[in-house]
Amino acid sequence: MRKTLLFAFAVVFSLGITAQEAKIPKINVKTLDGKSISANDFANDGKPFAICFWATWCKPCLMELNTIADLYEDWQKETGIKIYAVSLDDSRTVTRVKPLVNSSEWAYEVILDENSELKRAMGVNNPPHTFLCNGKGEIIWQHAGYAPGDEEHFFEAIRKAIVDSAISKQ
Amino acid sequence: MMKKGLLIALVLFMAVGTANAQGVLGGKVTGSFQMDMQVSREDTLIGSQKVAEKFLSNAFANILYTNGDFSAGVRFESYLNPILGFDSQYKGAGFANRFVSYKKDFLEITVGNYYEQFGNGLIFRSYEERNLGLDNAMDGAKIVAKPFNGITLKGVIGKQRYYWEDVWKTDNGLIRGGDLEISLNELIPSLANAATRLSFGGSFVSVYEKAASDYVTIADTLYQRQIPENIGAGAVRLNLSHDFSNSQGSSLNIGAEYARKGQDPNAINNYIYRNGEALYLTAGYTQKGLGVSLAAKRIDNMSFKSRRNEVGNMLSVNYLPAITRQHAYSLMAMYPYATQVNGEMGIQADVMYKIKKGTALGGKYGTDVKLNYSRINSIDKQPIDPSQTIKATTMGYTSDFFKVGKDLYFEEINFELGKKFSSDLKTSFMYSYQTFNPIASGHEGEPFVYAHIFALDGTYKVAKTSSLRLELQLLLTEQNYGEWATGDWIQGTLEYNLSGRWFAAVTDQWNYGNANGDKTHYYNVAVGCTFNTTRVQLSYGKQRKGIMCIGGVCREVPASNGLFATITSSF
Repeated sequence: MRKTLLFAFAVVFSLGITAQEAKIPKINVKTLDGKSISANDFANDGKPFAICFWATWCKPCLMELNTIADLYEDWQKETGIKIYAVSLDDSRTVTRVKPLVNSSEWAYEVILDENSELKRAMGVNNPPHTFLCNGKGEIIWQHAGYAPGDEEHFFEAIRKAIVDSAISKQ
Repeated sequence: MMKKGLLIALVLFMAVGTANAQGVLGGKVTGSFQMDMQVSREDTLIGSQKVAEKFLSNAFANILYTNGDFSAGVRFESYLNPILGFDSQYKGAGFANRFVSYKKDFLEITVGNYYEQFGNGLIFRSYEERNLGLDNAMDGAKIVAKPFNGITLKGVIGKQRYYWEDVWKTDNGLIRGGDLEISLNELIPSLANAATRLSFGGSFVSVYEKAASDYVTIADTLYQRQIPENIGAGAVRLNLSHDFSNSQGSSLNIGAEYARKGQDPNAINNYIYRNGEALYLTAGYTQKGLGVSLAAKRIDNMSFKSRRNEVGNMLSVNYLPAITRQHAYSLMAMYPYATQVNGEMGIQADVMYKIKKGTALGGKYGTDVKLNYSRINSIDKQPIDPSQTIKATTMGYTSDFFKVGKDLYFEEINFELGKKFSSDLKTSFMYSYQTFNPIASGHEGEPFVYAHIFALDGTYKVAKTSSLRLELQLLLTEQNYGEWATGDWIQGTLEYNLSGRWFAAVTDQWNYGNANGDKTHYYNVAVGCTFNTTRVQLSYGKQRKGIMCIGGVCREVPASNGLFATITSSF
């Protein structure tokens, strides 16, 4: 039985690789003001956007998002990128999310994934984990962890995504 | 049952895959993988035990298939044998989790294993913390319905995971639950963009667990004890927020949840028949550059498990968040606080402020200031029979709701300063003063611990994508706590990151006040590399005995001395 199952998954898996890029799953999450939305509806007017998983208790996450926050205005001017910052804080620490976001003056779209449903569905092991999606919402780049300087690689990927999406529109 | 479930999952999965116009080819497969490996040897100095197997490993692989509104997945886990600190009952390998889920119109149906949470989780939360070895996944069915905008109905039925046990062959409790949430602003179109937002909800959970006949002799007469087989719990909640729509972006929010639980004599509450109760209140105010949040909590006899004799971390039906700060620095987390499910009341306050750039204190980039205070006490408990302590099989005790209990469990005040000197140099400083009652970790009768803890952290970018990080921590205390935390501690870490791909770190945690003297160094050398989503990390050194906590749930981690490797990957 197990062998059959493994085989079935191996087949599907090998087919899956030849298929298109993975999309964002239809998982319900909440915005900071309590609106319920589907992660599948994350969008940026047909332009690429990014999803960054983080938590208030995760130091490298704060380092990453604080670093990008200082660059965000310039990044947006140049590329029009939009970042969804998905918090994995559960009911213990979720009350700290809004104060932290506002006191840090982050301009991201902050999303709450209180029971890690989206985290699991997107195959995230540990935060920070960053995804870049093209205008169609397909995942085209992802990176786990953060070390100072990683934002440079991230921005390169964003620039490339903007160029690619401009080409595919022609 | 497990095999049957797998078969059904597979058939459904194939059927949908081929019936869909896109075929299986249109579907997407994603997944994640983690493997931890450990080799540890005996070290009497730090209390590291001999590992008979010499090599230990835990591995997890998640494979998820998505095709439009359909998704299915499996998780394979292996513990051969479990790494130190994980329960030996995890020993083994197999498919720990499998599910099929489908969304149609306003319904979402999941069969197999799933996770879910009602409100704050006070009466129901199914979740996993892989690094704690905690997984209370449900096995059964779940329905989520959104018949109208703004109304969400959830229904769950099933049993919880217990290591590798075939849950359908055990007498573990069957959980049934429902939840309703109404968001007024989504329900009433004219309020869609109102500055004030209101949502409220309610939930109910019932656990059925068969009870064996139990007899008790009172004054020479044999009585049969009434053990409730159905245990019910209910909760109501409310969330209110208001946006002042001013240039400062000011907003206010208030949240409240109250839960009650029926008679549930169990191993954790010493088999008393008193009803359980929990209240969780939160309030927050934020504006640009400032955030304030307050939380208050009162818990009375709220242990809720799907097996009345279970005492460990498994089979918890609910989740009672600890309202103390979750620390990232290891010495700050030396005395972690875990929620006292039998009774506690506490408060927490946070103030976060950014001193504006261009001011004397703010400098060129602004300075981040964070203040946090928390205090947790016992609740008032008056035994039913004043001559006795709280006795099993009775109503236990009475409690004055508003009276703070006389025992302090935990108190902490901490502040953190974050300062960026240039785009290349960032530093932060943190200080914490903690008062810790060992009783909160089950160490009754041990003296209180008072500790001053300092942490200094600096990151310097040596090149565009390379950096150096230095971290210094100091813990000063007069008290001893257990055998692994006696005297003062100092810790230094130096880390080098090369082009976002390679990293190397050296750490030494020195327990310099320890009776074993200067030999108690917990050194560790680590190297690793990251390639997109794959991380490989190898470390060698000593790990102190301690407690690892995530979200207020803790497990003891034994001391170890040796090699540790972790591989994580996502696709």
